[in-house]
Formats: sequence, C-alpha cells, structure tokens
Amino acid sequence: MTKAITVSGLHKSFGRTHALDGLDLDVERGEVHGFLGPNGAGKSTAIRVLLGLLRADSGAAQLLGKDPWHDAVELHGRLAYVPGDVTLWRNLSGGEVIDLYGRLRGGLDKDRRAELIERFELDPTKKGRAYSKGNRQKVALVAAFASDVELLILDEPTSGLDPLMEEVFQSCVVRAREEGRTVLLSSHILSEVETLCDRVSIIRKGSTVESGSLADMRHLTRTSVRAELAAAPNGIGRLPGVHDLEIEGHRVALQVDTDKLDAVLRALTESGVRSLTSTPPTLEELFLRHYQDDVATAGAGQAAEAMTR
Amino acid sequence: MTAVTTAPPASPAPARRTGGRGHLAGTGPLLRLALRRDRVIVPVWLVVIAMMVLSMPNTLKEVYGTTAQRADLMDSLATNASLRALYGPVFDQSFGGLTAWRVGAFAGVFAAVMSLVIVVRHTREEEETGRQEMISSAMVGRRAPLTSALLTALVANALLGLLVAAGLAGEGGAGALALGLGIAGVGMVFATMAAIVAQFTESARLAKGLTSALLGAAFVLRAAGDSATADGSSLLTWLSPVGWLENMRSFGAERWWVLLLFAGAIAVQTIGAYELAGRRDVGMSFLPSRPGPAHGRLGTAGALAWRLQRGAVIGWSLGFLAAGIVFGGLTEGATDLVGDNENTREIIGRMGGQTGLTDAFLAAMVGILGMVGALYIVASVLRLHGEETSQRAEPVLANAVGRLRWAAGHLAVAFAGATLIMLLAACGLSLGYGHDFGPIVGACLVQLPAIWLLGSLAVLLHGVSPQLAVGAWGVAGLALLIGWIGPALDLPQPLMNLSPFSHLPKLPGQDLAWSPVLLLTGVAVALTAAGLAGLRRRDLATG
Repeated sequence: MTKAITVSGLHKSFGRTHALDGLDLDVERGEVHGFLGPNGAGKSTAIRVLLGLLRADSGAAQLLGKDPWHDAVELHGRLAYVPGDVTLWRNLSGGEVIDLYGRLRGGLDKDRRAELIERFELDPTKKGRAYSKGNRQKVALVAAFASDVELLILDEPTSGLDPLMEEVFQSCVVRAREEGRTVLLSSHILSEVETLCDRVSIIRKGSTVESGSLADMRHLTRTSVRAELAAAPNGIGRLPGVHDLEIEGHRVALQVDTDKLDAVLRALTESGVRSLTSTPPTLEELFLRHYQDDVATAGAGQAAEAMTR
Repeated sequence: MTAVTTAPPASPAPARRTGGRGHLAGTGPLLRLALRRDRVIVPVWLVVIAMMVLSMPNTLKEVYGTTAQRADLMDSLATNASLRALYGPVFDQSFGGLTAWRVGAFAGVFAAVMSLVIVVRHTREEEETGRQEMISSAMVGRRAPLTSALLTALVANALLGLLVAAGLAGEGGAGALALGLGIAGVGMVFATMAAIVAQFTESARLAKGLTSALLGAAFVLRAAGDSATADGSSLLTWLSPVGWLENMRSFGAERWWVLLLFAGAIAVQTIGAYELAGRRDVGMSFLPSRPGPAHGRLGTAGALAWRLQRGAVIGWSLGFLAAGIVFGGLTEGATDLVGDNENTREIIGRMGGQTGLTDAFLAAMVGILGMVGALYIVASVLRLHGEETSQRAEPVLANAVGRLRWAAGHLAVAFAGATLIMLLAACGLSLGYGHDFGPIVGACLVQLPAIWLLGSLAVLLHGVSPQLAVGAWGVAGLALLIGWIGPALDLPQPLMNLSPFSHLPKLPGQDLAWSPVLLLTGVAVALTAAGLAGLRRRDLATG
C-alpha cells in the first residue's frame, strides 16, 4: 500500500523568501505524525501545498498516492483539514457551517456529529460572530472528526482550546488512529505531540532536519543522569559521550549520549549506587537542540512567518 | 508577497496551469452558501433599484403629462448638452421611453455596484479572511468559488431584470424587456470586471474601490459622449457599458443587437478572470502589497483612526472634487435648457431654489453632493462600529485609552472629513463653473449641519447599542430618497421635513437663514454628546 503522504525535495518561494527549501516528509498510513517547527519554518506552506492551495515550484508530493494539485478535488473528499485560525461567516450558525463542510467533503456521520457536539460542549445554534476563538476551533474540529475521511490534516488545531477540550481532542485523535485513519498534526504543544504521535518530523527553514519515531530520536540525543553513590565516582569523566559532568562529594550529575549510556551505568554501579534518576530527553529538549541556531537568525524566521500567514 | 507562477516549474512538473480535475466541483453548495449569506442584502438591493425604476412612470405622468410638455422636453434635450450629460438622450416620448431616459443609467450604475459588491464579497473577501483556505480543503474545485460568485451575481441581476421587465410591461413589453436586460447586462459586465480586479488586489476593500472607480469612469465616458451628441452615437458613449444601456433604445426602436456587446464583454471578462485565477495561488494576488515600515510612528488613538480612514478620505475627496468640476461645467448649459420649459423650471425650482436658474441648478447640485456626503459621514462614523464588532477596538481600549478618546479620533475624521469633502466639492464647482467662488463655498458649507446631523445620529445609535448602529444607513438612505425623488413626486411637506436637508436654505440664490443652520448644528452636537455618553456607559460589543 502506498504511503499516506510522501514529499521529497519540495521548493516554494514567495518572491525572494524561500518558504520551502527541499522539504521531505513521509507519513505512513494509519499513523499519527507530528509536524514540528518554529514559527515561519514552513509548516503551513507545506500543508497548503499538500492541500493543493499552493503550487510547489519544484519537488514531488503525493497524497494517498495522488497528486495534490492535479487531483485536489478527489483527494479533498478523502481528507479533512483544520486550520489554526478558523474564520466563520458572521450570519451563519456553527451548525450550518459544520454541515456545509460535511457536504463539501462528501458526507458527514450524523451520529458522530451529534456525539462530537456533545463532547466538545459546542452550541451549534450560535451565529459565527458570537463564537470565541476556542469555539470557532471546535466548529472546525467537529466538522473534521465527523467526516468519514482517510486523512486528517490538522494545523495547530487546538489553539484556543481549554485543557478539558484539549483532552477531548486527544481522545478523538486516538480514536481516529484506532479506526485506521492517518493524522498529520502540526502543533506547538509538545506534550500533545509526545502523547499522540507515533512519528515526528522536525523542520527548520523549509527543510526537514529530523524525522523518525520519538524513541529513535531520543536515541540520538543525551540522557541526563543523577546518582548518589556509596563512594566517590571513579573515572567517569574519561568515558566517551559524557558531558556536563558535575561531581559534588558522592553525588554526580551528568549528560550522556544515549547510545553510550550503558558504559556510564556500569561505571556508576562499580562505585555502588544509592539512588539513581535517569531522564530521557523530552521532546522539548530535542526541539530546542534543533532550533538553538535559529535564535540567532530569528529575524529571518519572522519574515518567513509573515509569508505563511 | 506575490506567488504568480512565471516560469514553468522545473523537474517533476506539477500539473497544467489551470489544471486539476473536477475544477467546478462544489459549485452547487457554494452557490447555496452565497445565496444564504446574501439572503437579506440582495433582496434589499433588488427592491430599492426596482422601486427606483418602477415608480418613475407615475412621477413622469405628473410632470410631463401632456404631449406638448413632452415635445418641449425633447426640444430642450436636443439643444442642451448638460442635461444629456446627466441623464442621456431621450429616444421615445412614451412614459416608458422617458423612464428609460430618466433612471436607466442610474439603475445600471446601482446594478453594477450591487454586482461588484457581490462578486468581491464571495471571492477576494473570502480569501482575505482565510475562510477560502478551509473551503478549498474540501471537495471544491479551483474554479468553483469564482463560478459560484458569478452565478450569485447572475441570479441577482436576472431577478432585477425580471422585476424591471415585469413591472414596466404595462408601458410596452419589448421596451420593458430591453430595459430589464440592459440593466442586468450592465450589472453583469461589472460583476465580471470585479472578478478580474479581485485577482489583482490582496484586499477586498481595494478591489471594490478600484472596480467602483472603473464604474465611475464608465459613467463619465457616457456623460461626455452624450453631451457631445444628441443620439448617443458618440464613440465615448459606445466605449462605456453604461452607454450601451441607453443605446438599447428601450421603448423606442429597440436595438437588440446591443445585447451582443454585453454578452461579448461578459464572456471576455469571464474568461479573463478564470485565466488569471488559474495562474495564482489561493490568497495571493498579482499586485502584491508592499511591506510596511519596521518601526511605526503611530502613537495615539487619534493617529490610528486617521491612519485607518486615510484612504477613504482621500478617495472621497478626489471623488467630490471631480464631481464638483463636472457639475460646475454643466452649469452654464443648464440655464438654456430650463429657460423654455415651465415644468422643468418648476422641478429644478422645487429641488433647489427660486430665483435665477443658474443659482437653482447650482443649489440642486450642491444639495445632491450634500446628500451623498451624508453617506461618507455615516460610513466614517460607523468605522467605530466596525472596529468594535471585529474585536479590534478591544485591545486598543485595553491600553491607556479612554473610550471617549478612542471615539474622538474616528469622529474627528468623520466630521472634519465631511467638511473637507464639501470644501473640495465647492472648489470643483467654482472651478468648473468659472466664477462665484465665495457664494459656492458658502452654499457647500451650509450643507454641513444636515450632514453632521446624520453623522451624529449614527454616533447616537452606535452609542446606545452596537446592534442599532447600522440603522444609521437606513436613516441616511431615507434622507437621500426623500431628497432624490421627493421634489419630483411633490411629497407633502411634513414628509419632506423628515430629511434634515429639507430645512436648509437653498444656496446659492436664497437668503442665508441662520436659524435652521444653527438649529441643526445644535441638534447634531446634542446627539453626538448623547451618543458619547451612551458609549461610555454601555458594554463593549463582544461579538
């Protein structure tokens, strides 16, 4: 079976700004794929190319085995999209908008719609102008999750949702995966990505810098280890892959490349371990590690962000 | 930031230019969406325009009741360029023919405004607000949004044409049909023109403004052509879609082949719009917006209000200056016309003044400009309402900005702006006319109390409740209607008195009566104060 999304070497520029600069992305069918990147990295531009709203300058992109530009209409019957900033028509009710999108996607599950409205605590009779940001977001989420589609493309879908609704959202994503749907989730809420996503792609300045399962990615980074020992540690500083070593009497704190963890633990047990905490790198740390360089060039990032907005 | 594809893409070429299968998919639901969204505004347009046309035969029967009176009118039109410039030539003396002459061009212009608003509202505005992105993520073909917008305009224009044709059928079936088709044709020409303009601008506001300017140019071309020839045969008239409408010669010897011009223009512009739309990305435009400064100098609520309304003030100023020059230029000729027609003299007299036909004509024109100026002030005051309901006022007011200071900025632009445009209209009039600068400036300024009064009514309505604010359009529209058709219909004075403009001295020509001027100004001040007091007390609109 073909992959849900394959993108290779995608380029898209707006004038002199290169929003996408050789982006690669692979999403397997049935997985929840996290799509991470700082503001202006090109996430929304990539999603718009996948939706056939923008035409790539060069590179290849396939969605469910089809061309996102040429087969846009057919594909759009098989996917649902939720933008990060939902705008509604002032004089249409939320319920009307949900049904409109359902119809435009070729069908809506009525029972599912009712259930989602209940779970998201949405009043579908209010007019568009009366909804708060979070409620506008819910309108789009209900429309998306109630559609019978293979692929969900969610671009920062939970902005404006309260923590309770965030949980409802997460359970909807889990259910979508159980039903065999594919989800591309662009998000800045890293805990959300960590909980939901099977695999993650991190992009920066329009190209992919890291892609894989969270376990794989952790493997490439450092684990932080704190231990209280029976005796003073011996020779740990000489082990390969050890960084930021701090020794204070019998206490030791260090960072170690995850693939060198084994040797460090052996060395620690030699001195007798009283207590030990080992923390795998959080997604946040992974994320920050990739973006540290960006801080220096934040200006360029902001310019690119202006493009995608 | 443009994304116009210039060179064909390199390697794995993504599809043809306008390519993509099923590019009309979803047109049906989108058309229904558009009609549902426009369920109030389009019927209002249709009723107003149809009423304007359908009420005309009765009015005319009163003014040009006898054959002699009509022959008189024909004579004066044959010799008078100014009146032809305003209304166009008469092709038939029947009441149908006179109706087509008197309101045809104006109905066409209104249909065009309605159409361009509809098309921009459902194309560029959708892209500007970002709604198009989510719509386009569904099974919606690339041509579906433009198609549904044009179909919406087509539905509205077809209904309008039908209303006119059915309503005037009593005056002659063929003529009524020709006039209805012609008005709808002008509407569709500008609907498709707006579809093209909307591809070039990033903002819906600019798209509407540019298309309106093109419409204004078309009207001026027709006016210029008609002042040159007595039978609409000037090349200038033929260059203007508004001129085609008169050249249909409805109720005369109808020239049905003129419909081909409408059809051709509509077809060519439709193809152009689709071609352009197929060559750009969603939300992008061919005329990219320029980047703004990295550091801003705006520091006060007043400066912000001026910055937000600057474009509109400049646009209105140029429009009023130009209109003044055109009307001023017509003034000399207007006197010959009215000279030998007792009835027209009477109408002009009722519309504007008593003595001196030049003065009367000038006074009538000043009155028209004053009433249109009321539309400016209502629009400008209601920016407060727009800022508030779009939630943009909320963060501004969350700073150390009081509600009064916030409102004062916009109101200063509204009230001073009205003064400015009337002064420019005066400059234009005396420039076009060639003399009488002082009296004309005075006449234009005397309109201000009535304009201010309508503006202050908008302040009051908005201050009492944001839901009532749009009612100010209703009041301004009523004043305009009374001023426009009241004199011709010879409405009873109490009804005429509903419009503040009816109370003003008709200048130049009459003595300047200070009491109504001061009274209206006083009422305007009081209403504004009451509105501001209400604004301080009430809740801010939250949605």
